[in-house]
Amino acid sequence: MKILVLVKQVPDSTTNIKILPDASDIDRGGVKMVVNPFDEFAIELAVQLREKRSDVETITALTVGPATAADALRTALAVGCDDAIHLQDDSFADLDELQIAGLIAAVVRDRGYDLILRGKQEIDLDSGQVGPALGEYLGLPHVGALVQVEIADDAGSLQARRRIEGADEVLDVRLPAVLTIEKGLVEMRYPSLPNLMKAKKKPVEVLSAGDVAGLAEATSAAGGTKMSELSPPPERPPGKVLSGDVAETVPKLLRLLREEAKVL
Amino acid sequence: MTNDVLIFAEQRSDQLNPVVLQCVTPARELAGKTGGQVVAVVIGSGIEATTQAVAGHVDRVLTISDARLEHYTATHYRTALRQAVEKIDPRFLLMPASFMGRDVSPRVAVACGAGLATDVVELTLGDDNALSARRPIYNGKAFGRVTFAADRLAIASIRGNAYATAEPGGAGATESLAFAPADGDDALRCSEVAKTGGEVLDVTEADIIVSGGRSLKSEENFQILYALAEKLGAAVGASRAACDAGYQPHSRQVGLTGKTVTPKLYIACGISGAIQHLAGMRGSKVIVAINTDPEAPMCKVADYVINDDLFNVVPALTEAC
Ligand SMILES: Cc1cc2nc3c(=O)[nH]c(=O)nc-3n(C[C@H](O)[C@H](O)[C@H](O)COP(=O)(O)OP(=O)(O)OC[C@H]3O[C@@H](n4cnc5c(N)ncnc54)[C@H](O)[C@@H]3O)c2cc1C
Ligand SMILES: Nc1ncnc2c1ncn2[C@@H]1O[C@H](COP(=O)(O)O)[C@@H](O)[C@H]1O
Repeated sequence: MKILVLVKQVPDSTTNIKILPDASDIDRGGVKMVVNPFDEFAIELAVQLREKRSDVETITALTVGPATAADALRTALAVGCDDAIHLQDDSFADLDELQIAGLIAAVVRDRGYDLILRGKQEIDLDSGQVGPALGEYLGLPHVGALVQVEIADDAGSLQARRRIEGADEVLDVRLPAVLTIEKGLVEMRYPSLPNLMKAKKKPVEVLSAGDVAGLAEATSAAGGTKMSELSPPPERPPGKVLSGDVAETVPKLLRLLREEAKVL
Repeated sequence: MTNDVLIFAEQRSDQLNPVVLQCVTPARELAGKTGGQVVAVVIGSGIEATTQAVAGHVDRVLTISDARLEHYTATHYRTALRQAVEKIDPRFLLMPASFMGRDVSPRVAVACGAGLATDVVELTLGDDNALSARRPIYNGKAFGRVTFAADRLAIASIRGNAYATAEPGGAGATESLAFAPADGDDALRCSEVAKTGGEVLDVTEADIIVSGGRSLKSEENFQILYALAEKLGAAVGASRAACDAGYQPHSRQVGLTGKTVTPKLYIACGISGAIQHLAGMRGSKVIVAINTDPEAPMCKVADYVINDDLFNVVPALTEAC
């Protein structure tokens, strides 16, 4: 079984977001970049599958991102991925999520992965488009919001369980497939220093636009949106602090929720 | 391409997702500007109630009813939605930014050669006739405008409670389309669906959420939140600290690594409001903070704040409503 894990480098969740004066993007200066925490669950699941099964041949990590995104790949390699693909080209920064999926599909289509794992959603653009779109480009099923996955011994299918919007679903999925991993399944192990050193010796294939056959078609089939006019979230007006003991605050709160906010 | 607006009228067990009627509001605005119609498509098996519920709000309804569509799967529903798009040839396709909407929309976008914006809070058709969408990015720490390419179908999933529910209106003539599954659709099958927790609402479905943190101190103490939630018809949510401590299952966790919710009312009981928690709930319409610490970040984002012991406030609130 060959496993591909998609990894994206994103700003750390505690980062203060500053917007550039022309509102075209955030100010990336001094922003701490980390592996998308959702992708960590995907990486860990891949590594645990290898520990449990004898048929996992390779685990490859793939990222689309600038040179600095190599750090994210190194983390993935340090916790157990075998090799990595880094799609790196200035022109890739202009692609939207559907086009990124098209690009990834063009690169991995003939590489014979049985399982493609990814995190639930980037925590930067929060769009959740790449996994389902990649499934569509590759003609593969994808399953999101997984909390449990059982792969058949012959690696031809899997049974997935997920809990969404009040229902518990059991899905039967033929492999190859794209899976989206939810928090709660597994927590990524810590990349130790010796393993980070060893990771430096693992192979990373760097591909630029010229190396991707069929790139123009792959990125023009769908998508093509542009992001602009970034702004801070709308200010919430300062809240009302209700004072007094519960005999006062509770009726006051209920009145405000009914009459002022009109939510009860 | 027509000027019509197609809405995916999402349902489960023949219950219309309420966000669908919220999608009608921007759909009418768009159709009003372009002179197109608002058309809804209902997909499933046994979808009479949904069809009726939506028909009173739109110009036309398309139904695609088939036993194979009883349970949602991304592949079958993508195929059905593509059929609807081919039939109507709309300029816009709107749907709720629910799990289903977010799961199926990228596939539909690729299948139909469309552009896509997810979790949209506002749609604007500019004077230049270009559609753009505002949406939260970086866990709601910023917003951005997504502009669609002009010559393509534009798909947007709409965040719950971003728009008001539309008043009834429209002819609602219904026609049906036979489902034609595509090759490979059956690589994904849903073999079992069980409603979780019986009457207990999921946080992603609720208009009101009563949420608790580490300060609840035990699973039993969460009962006071359930008692309040029952009175309010609310769902119970929790912080990661509360879930990690085992007081609540992770399926109830709200936040960056939990669920993103946008209810009308979010009552945070003993939750400090760490940035990762806010990421999951700051889009709520009205926020109430019950917290002993006036400096807690949750008290800074809340509309109403009670700086008092939740173990006094919550039972009193339950009693009073
Ligand atoms: C990568 C990452 C992802 C994360 N994802 C999430 C996530 O998805 N969701 C999430 O919630 N957290 C998440 N966290 C954790 C987050 O940083 C906080 O640790 C967590 O939200 C704190 O939970 P809490 O508010 O329940 O606890 P605390 O921060 O301990 O706050 C308890 C609050 O209760 C108040 N209090 C105490 N006793 C009472 C009382 N009797 N009455 C009233 N108020 C009282 C206190 O004043 C305090 O404000 C994440 C962290 C990281 C690093
Ligand atoms: N540029 C990228 N490089 C590698 N993986 C990506 C990239 N963008 C998205 N992904 C994968 O898709 C997930 C969800 O991203 P998205 O669908 O854009 O929210 C990420 O967490 C990654 O697993």
